[in-house]
Amino acid sequence: MVLRSRPIFSLLLLFLSSYGFSTAFASGSAIEGGEEDFSEELLLKPLPDRKVLAHFHFETRAPRTPSYGRHHHLFPKAIAQLVKKFHIQEMELSFTQGRWNYESWGGFEPIASSNAKPPGVELWAVFDVPPDDVDASWKNLTHSISGLFCASINFLESSTAYAAPKWSFRPDPGSLRYGTLPREAVCTENLTPWLKLLPCRDKAGISLLMDRPSIYRGFYHSQRLRLRSAKTSSDGTHSSIILEQTLTVVLHPDSQKMSTVNSREPTLQPSWSMSSLFGKKISGTCVLAKSSTVYLQLDWGVVRELKNLENGNQVLGVASIMEESFVSNPAFVLSDKPDKVIREVDSRSEESAILYEFSVRKHSDLGPFDLGFTWKTPVVWSCPQLPLRVSRFLMGSGNERGAIAISFRSARAREGLTHAKSMGESCKVDVNVFQVVPWYIKVYFHTMKVFVDGKPLAVSDIIEKIHVSPSEDKVSPGVLEMILKLPCTVDSAAFTLEFDKGFLHIDEYPPDANQGFDIPPAVITFPTFHVNMHFGEDNLSKKSAVLSRFQENIPVRSYTEVLLVPLTTPDFSMPYNVITITCTVFALYFGSLLNVLRRRVNEEERFLKSKGKRPSALSRLLSKLSAKLGGKRVVASQSSARSSSFISLKLILKIILVAGIAIAWQYFSE
Amino acid sequence: MEERETMSSTTTKTKPKRSNSEFWIWFAASVAFRLVLIHLPKNLHLSSRPEVATPLTSIRRLAEGYWLKQSSMSPYAGSMYHGSPLLLLVLGPLTVKRIEGQPEHLLCSLLLVIADIVSALLIRSTGQSLHKSYVQHLEALDLFKFSEESGMLPSGDIAALVYLWNPFTIVACVGLSTSPIENLAILLALYGACKGLVPLAAFGWVLATHMSLYPAILIIPIILFLGYGPDAPPRKLFLQRSYRKCGTSSSSDQYRKTEDVTDPLELRINFSWRRVMQFLLWTFIWGIYFLLLCDISVKQYGGLSEMFKRTYGFILTVKDLSPNIGVLWYFFAEVFNFFRDFFLIVFHVNILFMILPLAIRLKHRPGFLAFVYLAISSMFKSYPSIGDSALYLGVVALFVNELADMNFSFFLFCGYVGVSLLSPVMHNLWIWRGTGNANFYFATAMAYACLQIVLVVESVSAMLNHDRKLRKITTAQLADGKS
Repeated sequence: MVLRSRPIFSLLLLFLSSYGFSTAFASGSAIEGGEEDFSEELLLKPLPDRKVLAHFHFETRAPRTPSYGRHHHLFPKAIAQLVKKFHIQEMELSFTQGRWNYESWGGFEPIASSNAKPPGVELWAVFDVPPDDVDASWKNLTHSISGLFCASINFLESSTAYAAPKWSFRPDPGSLRYGTLPREAVCTENLTPWLKLLPCRDKAGISLLMDRPSIYRGFYHSQRLRLRSAKTSSDGTHSSIILEQTLTVVLHPDSQKMSTVNSREPTLQPSWSMSSLFGKKISGTCVLAKSSTVYLQLDWGVVRELKNLENGNQVLGVASIMEESFVSNPAFVLSDKPDKVIREVDSRSEESAILYEFSVRKHSDLGPFDLGFTWKTPVVWSCPQLPLRVSRFLMGSGNERGAIAISFRSARAREGLTHAKSMGESCKVDVNVFQVVPWYIKVYFHTMKVFVDGKPLAVSDIIEKIHVSPSEDKVSPGVLEMILKLPCTVDSAAFTLEFDKGFLHIDEYPPDANQGFDIPPAVITFPTFHVNMHFGEDNLSKKSAVLSRFQENIPVRSYTEVLLVPLTTPDFSMPYNVITITCTVFALYFGSLLNVLRRRVNEEERFLKSKGKRPSALSRLLSKLSAKLGGKRVVASQSSARSSSFISLKLILKIILVAGIAIAWQYFSE
Repeated sequence: MEERETMSSTTTKTKPKRSNSEFWIWFAASVAFRLVLIHLPKNLHLSSRPEVATPLTSIRRLAEGYWLKQSSMSPYAGSMYHGSPLLLLVLGPLTVKRIEGQPEHLLCSLLLVIADIVSALLIRSTGQSLHKSYVQHLEALDLFKFSEESGMLPSGDIAALVYLWNPFTIVACVGLSTSPIENLAILLALYGACKGLVPLAAFGWVLATHMSLYPAILIIPIILFLGYGPDAPPRKLFLQRSYRKCGTSSSSDQYRKTEDVTDPLELRINFSWRRVMQFLLWTFIWGIYFLLLCDISVKQYGGLSEMFKRTYGFILTVKDLSPNIGVLWYFFAEVFNFFRDFFLIVFHVNILFMILPLAIRLKHRPGFLAFVYLAISSMFKSYPSIGDSALYLGVVALFVNELADMNFSFFLFCGYVGVSLLSPVMHNLWIWRGTGNANFYFATAMAYACLQIVLVVESVSAMLNHDRKLRKITTAQLADGKS
């Protein structure tokens, strides 16, 4: 008994001591410099088309110091190991379902630019390794992530699936590799490992809201993981890894409520609350989080509408939205009183977005936090649009060839170009296009055509810079990177590229070959337009991760649609038939030609003569058989016996020869 | 004897004059027809037909290669262009140049029309010299009567017109495939070999091999051409005959006469090693020259090894599985990867396997041997196009006199017409409408391969029968003479 309990006891002791040591170590390191911290935030935003955007943002930060060793108390160990092993400088992985609607959910704003992702999986990573080892690191990384997130990211391992963009994806990419899997289905099996990376998982805090059925019922769902390095000190000796996990969902407020509202007031936006959107309330904070905050964002479009409303009413001034009357507002009612109201400072326009800040910790002291938003008057507004609306489509019919077209249409009501337009006629809009084309779409780059306002223009006039790396069959995808310089006054522009469809080996087709193949979306960046929100207070960004993201100066980016290209299929059930029939044709050729060549003059005559002299073996056999059947004894003549023995001798010699060759072959091949 | 000479001279004077003017009329008509066709917009969509544009002969791929080269990339980057870098130098600029108000690739089309015209002229003059030697040899064997009876046709004119008016040639020319140029190189080699112009033969052979690899096997007919001279009845007959002549002749005047006669016979019997060595020397020179030119043009794009990998390697490994009129694309799309290398070897060896037996049996007829080689290689090529068929159909018409009693010629004609009508229909059903199946199209490809096999086998057998017939007649004559 004693013997048995002893090891258990010692194990317990060991565990306790190690725990104590690690906590002591962690606190010690926290004193010396960078500290691991975690913050959770949720941003809610009503969208013009009666939907609500929910943007979860979790940020974990760990200093990248050697003394820190392998121990982390907040930062997920799996990710830390990944970073260490593959020398990842930056990485972004996104799982997305649904397509971001740039026209009604906005394109010219931080969330759309950095969180609207293409359907399926997108992964890019920048490595801090010598250029020759980048591909090997990428392959290993895809396999590790594939295991970590229960997704088929390992398909990005093959060289036909990823590309190395030079300048169009990011201005200074370094050793960047980029790959997408448009067809990857995203589900809870991908969300669960992602939640496991959070210190409180989905047991406490804001992540409690992530009720699987309500999240996946949404119109758009994008789960993102972003790793960055940041310099913490000014001299650059201390850097830290930042793990940013965001989940962006576009949800529809409860349909039943909406329908009742609809019948009374057709234009009134549906009212919602956290519990109606997610089916859950925040009943406590994650104690490990440095801050847990909920923001409610009202776009400048809403603010302008509200202002108009109030001006019409002539009851309250503009400032009233800002200060006291958020709860009793002519347009909407909030269920809780916000802790703070943050106003965007925008130099471009008078109106600017408003953010209401709610501290979860404070609110959940009173009970479960459930933010409600009720519209009182119908408000119609629109989101900030992209400088140019981009869409991509296929042209042509049939399975032999086609063309990819990217079309740009200007949205007249946009804000971004208005001030650019005032600069004069000579102004140009830069459009940066990055397109990866799988190898079985064989693009003819010489057929590139550009149309501006319906008129064909010389390609060199519009394309300022172009880099092409053509696809190689079964080796690498085609990559097209270019900067288009379109005049500001452009109404519509189109870019077309012809291609031939490839024909694949039967093993290369996916199980549902007739569904077609996906062309990954093109990444369109507008390098001269930047989305950033400025807030009056400077220390805000230090406190809030979401707001600091919003303040970053990032160019406007959008993804085009995924294209589905049907490819011709061979008959999958016929490999044996094809092999045998083809080989038969070859045999026919070989046999008949050889027969013609072998035949000699007078051969037939000689053959006939010899036949006349002596009965053939077959006829002899037949006669023998008939004789046997007739019950007569076969009287074999002397000559025929001799000839038969001669034939058998020949036969035996032949057999021996063949056997000898076979034995020799066997011997030498061994 | 004198009577016969005059008779032959009159026939050669009166008959060809009429046929000559007729030939030129038809010739001009075919050129005019082409010129009309190339002015039609979009090349009648022929340039993207799988029958015309294989990965090796497609003008679009060539234009893509030229574009890549112009944007300082290797023309072989991206598996688009697989042709010769020299062809790119010649045809590339023409794909870009445009004349206002004219169809896009007019200059290219004109070049291809010129290539067709020159090919036809080469076929004609090759045919004339073959015809001449044929008549000469028959005379030498005292078989002229026999030939007179069968009515000798001007095979050169016929072959040239068959080549020019063959729909396959016209489609290949109008559809902007590069095969007219490859055909021109092959015909240049055969013409040079037939006329005994050793440097020209070497140039043509090296050029053709450089452009499409398969004409490499034509080195055997060319060497036989240069060694033995143009096509003739089997050597044995001449040996028999000269032996008999020598044996029977005792008086001096008869001896002089036999000397006359043996002049072509000597040529038959002795293999002229000197010319063959000259040919090999010239081949070496031209080979070095072409390699040098290629090396200069592909130096900054990975050098010659890259070029060989992208051209010959692409041909030999059948990497592109897009449908064509051959049988290999579907086979390699379906075959298990494990066996791929094995079947690649088997199919390519199948072309090489028949070279030796054919060379042994047909060594006295190098022109016909060249036809058989061309037909076999166009049958089992990795990426066959109808331009290849056009070439061997033109060349086979050179032997109309010898192949007069070939079997199944009507069946073959109908088969060719049927397959060339059915194949586009099946392609359309499969690719464009989606109602058909790959097997439908493959079936027409199989039928086409079978037709070609029948053509080759029957023509070889007809040629051997023809020789047999000649032998029978000569032996009968000899027996008559003896008795």
